[in-house]
Amino acid sequence: MNAELFGSQVNVWVDALVRVLIIVGMMTVVVMGLIWFERKIIGRFQMRLGPTRTGPFGLLQSVADGLKLVAKEDVRPKNADPWVFELAPYFVFVPTFLMFVAVPFAFGFQVRVLELGLFYVLAVSSVSIVGWVMAGWGSDNRYAMLGALRAAAQAISYELPLVMAMIAVAMVAGTLNLQEIVLGQSRLPNIVLQPLPAFIFFTATLAELNRTPFDIPVGESEVVGGPFVEYSGIRWSMFFLAEYAAMFILALLGSAIFLGGWAWPMGEQWGASWQLLLTTVKAGAFIFLIFWVRSTLPRMRVDQLMGFSWKVLLPFGFAQIMVNGFILVNGWPAVTSGVLLGTTSLAGLFAVGWIVQRSVSRPRPRPVMMARSEAAQ
Amino acid sequence: MKVWGVLEHLVSGSLDALFANYLAVLIAAAFGFILVLSALIGSRLLAPFSEERNKGTTYECGMLPIRRAATNVGVRFYLYAILFIIFDVEAVFIFPWAISFISVGLVAYYEMVVFVGILAAGLAYAWKKGALQWQ
Repeated sequence: MNAELFGSQVNVWVDALVRVLIIVGMMTVVVMGLIWFERKIIGRFQMRLGPTRTGPFGLLQSVADGLKLVAKEDVRPKNADPWVFELAPYFVFVPTFLMFVAVPFAFGFQVRVLELGLFYVLAVSSVSIVGWVMAGWGSDNRYAMLGALRAAAQAISYELPLVMAMIAVAMVAGTLNLQEIVLGQSRLPNIVLQPLPAFIFFTATLAELNRTPFDIPVGESEVVGGPFVEYSGIRWSMFFLAEYAAMFILALLGSAIFLGGWAWPMGEQWGASWQLLLTTVKAGAFIFLIFWVRSTLPRMRVDQLMGFSWKVLLPFGFAQIMVNGFILVNGWPAVTSGVLLGTTSLAGLFAVGWIVQRSVSRPRPRPVMMARSEAAQ
Repeated sequence: MKVWGVLEHLVSGSLDALFANYLAVLIAAAFGFILVLSALIGSRLLAPFSEERNKGTTYECGMLPIRRAATNVGVRFYLYAILFIIFDVEAVFIFPWAISFISVGLVAYYEMVVFVGILAAGLAYAWKKGALQWQ
């Protein structure tokens, strides 16, 4: 069987191989760019310059980091379980890399159009937590063990809202095929119809990536770096690479299913380079938002974190699915159901905002000692 | 001979479209593996290594660790894991419903209302029992 690649017919094996190779190259470049971008952005937020010495604007910072990491000694603790310790980087990186197969960059610019694309991405993305737990368990280190358990608890808690958000989108789109989901948004992006799932998706993405404010698994001040305490050199950088690759691919996925990917606002007629530019801008905005949140919010406490997922996001996710189902099953005209979907979802988003606002601004009980000393005066 | 025929099909890729699609997944998995492996081999070739007796000690802020790290684990983690399994299995049921309920009609919708209602009752029960409260 043949497949079309750059306008010519080639064998499917060759086609898949070439496409995966392109993804490998692009992922490496983008991850290096992202590391530089994050350091620059965070630097600016903190009124610093960020990297400036390595190349123009510090652009070669990631190359320098990479060289340093390759040339660092790779230590394995004596007590570590050799197999679990050595295999953990593979289990973290390979699932992340597998997500790249289904996500579209432009019309026809993906490795494969999978009929169950959304489900596949979800299924593959949740495997990498196994690698995290392996890293924690295999290191035989208390900090690593604690970090791994926290990572597991957090990842499974936030996976449920993520699934709910994706189901809501799949209901509106009527398909799980990512290319068709993007094509269906050529007139109106899903974020207009489904603002609440978009918010849930973004929050759950932050939690799945262990980024601030959901970074208790890797908190430096509590568990000195979490599951990766005992990893050094290139082995440690594999986890780092996987994290940034996951950020890249989840931003692409978010821009594809909520922001209209390459289709909105101009449909599929325009050229591939325009579509790629559009995808880049949308995914870039998503990533910038992640960095912005990181430099703005402090780390959450573990009970707040679990409570937010189980008591706020999950019930609202359920409610969104039921409301979507009711509106869509009645077969009203497209405009009516669109307006209803948008307004109900927006109302849900405001309700979530109100709950967060109320819990943030609630007066805290004062410590007993302080109250007593004030009473004595 | 039959095995050879299957192999020939495999190489020429003349199997069905589903196989052709998930072939790429297989290749990507192999590439991900090779990527990590090559980085580790590169490091093995370039990085220095010195034998030092205390280097293999587990890091615990300079203290010598007592016993192994793999000990008892708080039961809270276990509670969340059980709850997760319940709701995740349910998500697998909802996915096929989500893309086909419009064509089935109102019956499918009300069946899902009952299904999600039971789950929501379960969540409410766990909430009331304090299983969702981290303590």
